[in-house]
Amino acid sequence: MSEIKKIKNLKEFSTSADRFEGANLLCPGCAHSIIVREILNATNDDLILGSSTGCLEVCTAVYPYTSWDNSWIHIGFENSSTAIAGAEAMHKAKKRKGTLISDRDPKFVAFGGDGSTYDIGFQWISGCFERGHDMMYVCLDNEVYANTGGQRSSATPIGSSTVTTPAGSHSYGEKKDKKDMLSIMAAHNAPYVAQVAPNKWKDMIKKIQTGFATEGPVYINAMSACTTEWKFDPADTIAVSDLATDSLVFPLYEIINGTELNITYRPKNIVPVKDYLGAQGRFKHLFKPENAHVLDEWQKRTDAKWDLLQRREEARV
Amino acid sequence: MAKNENNGWNDFDIGALLFSFDKETKNIATTLQEDRPYSNSNSFTASVADWRVMKPVFNKEFCIDCQFCWIYCPDMSIISRDKKMIGIDMDHCKGCGICVEVCPTNPKSLLMYDEHLEDEEALIAAWPAKEEK
Repeated sequence: MSEIKKIKNLKEFSTSADRFEGANLLCPGCAHSIIVREILNATNDDLILGSSTGCLEVCTAVYPYTSWDNSWIHIGFENSSTAIAGAEAMHKAKKRKGTLISDRDPKFVAFGGDGSTYDIGFQWISGCFERGHDMMYVCLDNEVYANTGGQRSSATPIGSSTVTTPAGSHSYGEKKDKKDMLSIMAAHNAPYVAQVAPNKWKDMIKKIQTGFATEGPVYINAMSACTTEWKFDPADTIAVSDLATDSLVFPLYEIINGTELNITYRPKNIVPVKDYLGAQGRFKHLFKPENAHVLDEWQKRTDAKWDLLQRREEARV
Repeated sequence: MAKNENNGWNDFDIGALLFSFDKETKNIATTLQEDRPYSNSNSFTASVADWRVMKPVFNKEFCIDCQFCWIYCPDMSIISRDKKMIGIDMDHCKGCGICVEVCPTNPKSLLMYDEHLEDEEALIAAWPAKEEK
């Protein structure tokens, strides 16, 4: 077992050498690369990485360039999890037989967007977690199929206007609520499941390092504010992420062994959900008088979710 | 962007394999960018400078080395060495402006200016004064 990198504060963290390179083709202000940087810099170990089809994959491997300084593979929309699980199984088998070419123990990380995690790759991820591979799966959750032009996914929240659920005179946009992926993954009896946000970097690093130190499959749900599809100014990525975590739309918590839920971030000042929704163009139509009931519904559901999390934390279920 | 002239897309082997480095490398996680043997197929050797409409300008005088810009830069463009912020990598900066938004000093030590304004010394000389609360 390799030792955990010591990161006491941001100054110490800033001595890290990035293993994700610039001149990738992600949009200016994209949160994807902030998340990837924080994950890659959280460890000094070798990494074996995989990406499902999505923004991260198409933008970081545009021929003739690669933006990755570690072994990285792209296979299909659904199977970054199985590709990484296969690599992990091979590493374990070769280690057992003593035929590894190097004695270094890499970490195995698969990246996927919310489309490939919540919808298309769901069965494959479920399989990996059931078999118990020693890997980490990171979902970069921007709540929409951003790479293909903004279609709804099952991570799209209620009221969001996307190209397949457009808001207009007959509709307020997406009608269904977001799938609770963390509870689903925790129900696999995964040893570690956590929700992270790039603006709370210290919380994120801690969770990623716990994930790396955990034996078995780890699921990380990373909130990724999408400047293009959420429709806000590229400079406001961190401000919008702050609103998301402080309004409790994205509560930060972890679930250990499927039951021990810990809330890791409690905002000092909880901001109204309205502030978070108002900062984004995709919810602009909700502020018309005829859609006021959706705003109330949003606040009600967010409060109910937070209440449930607190009760789960107390009851350890 | 410079294209690799040796291969077009249609005479490349199926199952593309791109090497990030020219030489065998060990402990990349502890090797800084300037010491790495980058290959031509690493995007570090490319540039997205032509994406910028606005550019960040760094004024060292007000910087407190908090490193907020370093952690939140999506394009690895804030160069920090020995816990000090020393400059901006203008080849990889896309001009999103996150660094300016997260800068906590008063006045800010990073500000966005039009890309065509070339004389950075003049911009720094005309830096806005401290804002009274």
